[in-house]
Amino acid sequence: MKHSAFFWFVLPSAAAMLLFIFFPTVSIIVQSFHVEHEQVIIEVENCGPFGCQTATAIDQEATAALREEQPLGRFAGLEVYKDRNHLAVNEFGELWAQSDGIGDFIGDLMNLPFYKALGFTLTYTFVVTPLTIVFGFIIAVAVNSAARLFRGPLIFFTLLPNIVTPLIGGLILFWMVDARGVIGTALRWLADDPSLSVKADTGLMWTMLMVYGVWSSAPFAFIVYYAGLQTVSKDTLEAARIDGATRWQQIRHVVIPHLLPLTTFIALIQLMDNFRVFEPIISFNAQAHATSLSWAIFNDLGGETRQLSSAAATSVLTVIGVAILLSPVLVRTYRSYGKA
Amino acid sequence: MKLKQILLAGSFLVTASATTAMAADCGISNGRLSIIGNEFPAIQTVGAAAQSCEGLADAKANLTADHQTINLPGMQGNPAEYTTAIVANSSIVALINEDVIRPLDDLIAAHGADIPKNQLITINGNVMAVAFMANAQHLLYRQDVLEEIGVEPPKTYEELLAAAQMIREKGIMENPVGGAFAAGWNLAQEFTNMYLGHGGEFYKPGTAEVAVNNEQGVATLEMLKALSEYMNPDYLTHDSNATSAEWEAGNVALMNMWGSRSGRLMDAEGSTPEVYENTVVGAPMTVGGGDKAASTLWWDGWTVAKNISDADAEATFLAMKQATSPAILNDETMGQAVWMIEGYEPAPVNDGVFSAISMGTIPYPMLPQHGLLHTALGDNIADFLQGKESAEQTLADVEAAYTAAAKEKGFVN
Amino acid sequence: MASKAQRRPLALQIVLLATLVIWMIAAAFPFFWTLWGSFKVEADFFSLTNWDNALTGEMTRVETGGAFTNNGYYGAWIQEEFWRAAWNSTLVCLFVVSVSLTLGTLGGYALARSTYRYAFWFLLIALIFRALPPITLVSGYLPVFFDLNIWGYLPTAIIVLVAINQPFTLWMLHSFFKNIPAELDESAMVDGCTRFQAFRHVIIPVMWPGVITTGLFSFLLAYNDFAVTAMILDKQNQTMVPKIASFLGTTQTKGNVMFAVAAVVSATAPLFVLIMFFQRQIVSGLTAGAVKG
Repeated sequence: MKHSAFFWFVLPSAAAMLLFIFFPTVSIIVQSFHVEHEQVIIEVENCGPFGCQTATAIDQEATAALREEQPLGRFAGLEVYKDRNHLAVNEFGELWAQSDGIGDFIGDLMNLPFYKALGFTLTYTFVVTPLTIVFGFIIAVAVNSAARLFRGPLIFFTLLPNIVTPLIGGLILFWMVDARGVIGTALRWLADDPSLSVKADTGLMWTMLMVYGVWSSAPFAFIVYYAGLQTVSKDTLEAARIDGATRWQQIRHVVIPHLLPLTTFIALIQLMDNFRVFEPIISFNAQAHATSLSWAIFNDLGGETRQLSSAAATSVLTVIGVAILLSPVLVRTYRSYGKA
Repeated sequence: MKLKQILLAGSFLVTASATTAMAADCGISNGRLSIIGNEFPAIQTVGAAAQSCEGLADAKANLTADHQTINLPGMQGNPAEYTTAIVANSSIVALINEDVIRPLDDLIAAHGADIPKNQLITINGNVMAVAFMANAQHLLYRQDVLEEIGVEPPKTYEELLAAAQMIREKGIMENPVGGAFAAGWNLAQEFTNMYLGHGGEFYKPGTAEVAVNNEQGVATLEMLKALSEYMNPDYLTHDSNATSAEWEAGNVALMNMWGSRSGRLMDAEGSTPEVYENTVVGAPMTVGGGDKAASTLWWDGWTVAKNISDADAEATFLAMKQATSPAILNDETMGQAVWMIEGYEPAPVNDGVFSAISMGTIPYPMLPQHGLLHTALGDNIADFLQGKESAEQTLADVEAAYTAAAKEKGFVN
Repeated sequence: MASKAQRRPLALQIVLLATLVIWMIAAAFPFFWTLWGSFKVEADFFSLTNWDNALTGEMTRVETGGAFTNNGYYGAWIQEEFWRAAWNSTLVCLFVVSVSLTLGTLGGYALARSTYRYAFWFLLIALIFRALPPITLVSGYLPVFFDLNIWGYLPTAIIVLVAINQPFTLWMLHSFFKNIPAELDESAMVDGCTRFQAFRHVIIPVMWPGVITTGLFSFLLAYNDFAVTAMILDKQNQTMVPKIASFLGTTQTKGNVMFAVAAVVSATAPLFVLIMFFQRQIVSGLTAGAVKG
């Protein structure tokens, strides 16, 4: 395709992405290298309906003057990335020096906010992604084996967990999973433990969040695999059967290789989305037990004082994390790009 | 069905304002009004009343739970999108820090001489906001349960723990204490209340350097832990909604709850008569033998934006003054909040907040850097309550988290 | 149909059936529970005293005199004017899908037909763009939008949603277009068409299965979006999901959870119609393209 034709075709799309993704990304990266100017603090008397108190306030004129000169703030280089709320370079070094063993070190490291979030995020990503793929495949095979008559409703109900908005889906499950709710009671009965409560235990909460993750993402894997199963070459299957292959061998040697590019696609999207897990933690009020990188960003931006540089730094670290995670898949795609 | 009436009244007020069926004369000749605020029924009443003023060139209100994220960017433009922000003592700080609201002294001198002095919020000598409602957390108790164990309503947290122990031993309730201990904002708020009750100071005097890792801090954490032993084991996921639900289900007999929520807990909807008829409002409690209540006072008030024309500012001032004047009080609106307006008749449900005021409860700190400490507390206290760390370690973590954030915002070096 | 050689052994059939049944229960049960519960009061559906109150409707009888009530629906739709949010959602989804697909088909076609490496890098960068958490992007937009006076309006939200979803749209569409043989438009160009004319006359008639599938994913992204619409839209212009979130109340005031539950059921119902209607298209669309991509 000629360069000029290519340019004009992608121009509208590229312009939209440039304006709304690229420029904000650049501004976020720039923001992450700056911190606010030193606030000039003065002591003041505040009076209100409940009396007067001495308090501190910011000297507006002095601060405004500083801001006029340098609107972005003070250049801080990588300071924000290295501080305790992010990569915690100093604390990391101290802990490394003084801990007794790897277990001890990891335990202490998880006390630092970024690593705590990273720990859950990585666990979530590496547990939910393969399970989503496996369950999606199993459900696709099962639905594919059902009578044609039922397929419509089966497909709809299977897609439900994915199409309902996570905020509310999570909230409803949160109440059902409560120790006195319907699922909570069922769990107590199953485990034969009358004091079992998912919300009171960190391990169970992590498990619940991951179960929720698989439950809501499996439908996406299902629909892609289901479509793939429709196009498995019947001739190849027939040939394999004639050659004496068992059902399992047929699946292993014909179906699964055919679905491999799909698996790559699902893995790509899932790795990216699971690494940015966020809504379940809000819906389940789970932040005492589990935090994630996206949640940390939300926390920085949600308080009364918005920590923009901190949120920007965590965002950049998230993107770097995603890039690292995706690199094997992307390398494979790069190699096969010309061939497809 | 009082609740339904209130809601219907609220929505009627909102829709009515659009048709200006209740137009009022506020003395405005021209100007723009654009409100940003939270979406309590009380604030909806105020918003509707302000919009019904005659003579406004443009009257809008955006009342949403996300107002804190939107109000600052919305007022930084020139001209600002919003001409007034309805804020509380915690959220006014963000606006003052960025210098987007204007001092009201000249407008008060010209048009607002009759606003009662105790409604004026003065910061560094300038009036920055006009408060119109108050809120606080205080005790809520089940009087039938306390009668059953033969105990007076507790005045201190130590008495509350003793009562809880008795309730558990008598087998009336397994987890009789309730509290919004959800990790995050709620838990940090509970810490703030308890720490102030112990007489603690948050910062080194005159600076923004944090100082919570001390004996009051440790005592606060110990007390929170002691309380949590009598709570439902899921307490770290329980925000105000979940805690209120526990109350209405009859699972809890003693609770520290927001005054603004007491009304809904005492109405006939959502619980059995045994629960709602025996729900009684008490005063905030003290702790550790101190004389300050272990609670904080909150006010909600309106401000006027800086980056707007003087005509708009004047129109906004007059409209908001009208909207928080005795003219808005009637049967329906009276019960929506603890109004700081003349002519307000408190109901028994408001006793808690009034006790808080008369006990001289400390208002929530209106300091520029306090939001950072609140977030740091909310993120770290859960570790202590789950038994993962010692109290001193937790407080050290809080201080380290705060210091890193404060350095980034320029409050410490 | 299935030949004797293809018929499955009984054991396998039982396993497959059991899997289906278990999954159907897991997927559908929470929603049937919610549908049933949306006609009860909060004290029943979220009951902490007895979980089967949601089934029997005890408190509903006490509070409203009947086992079922439509208070939730009345409150959400009439009182809180949820119909406005539903209309806003319809507008947003309609425009997001059409604009997204227009930009995406053009871009996806070019990316599929280009033989240069820079096409791959373009896709890769688009993918990395998708990795940025939306909440960070949105907080960056706020000061700019307020300055330009475009905050709070539906067209702004539509353009933002289109732009943020472009990476996913481009990826899906480019693999669909890869499966349309290049000979089709090559021969049209040999016959004298420009690239755009070839696209318009040859490709557009055959691209529909892939486009419908991508359109459906775009629709779902716009329908369920929360991060962008919650921050960018004025209260009047809110779409359904942020409106539902606003029913949940704040720390200091109680909200109306049953309004949210009723609204969720109402918001899911149109999706039922959509999926039932389009399920064959989704599958054939995925079959036609992405499957091999």
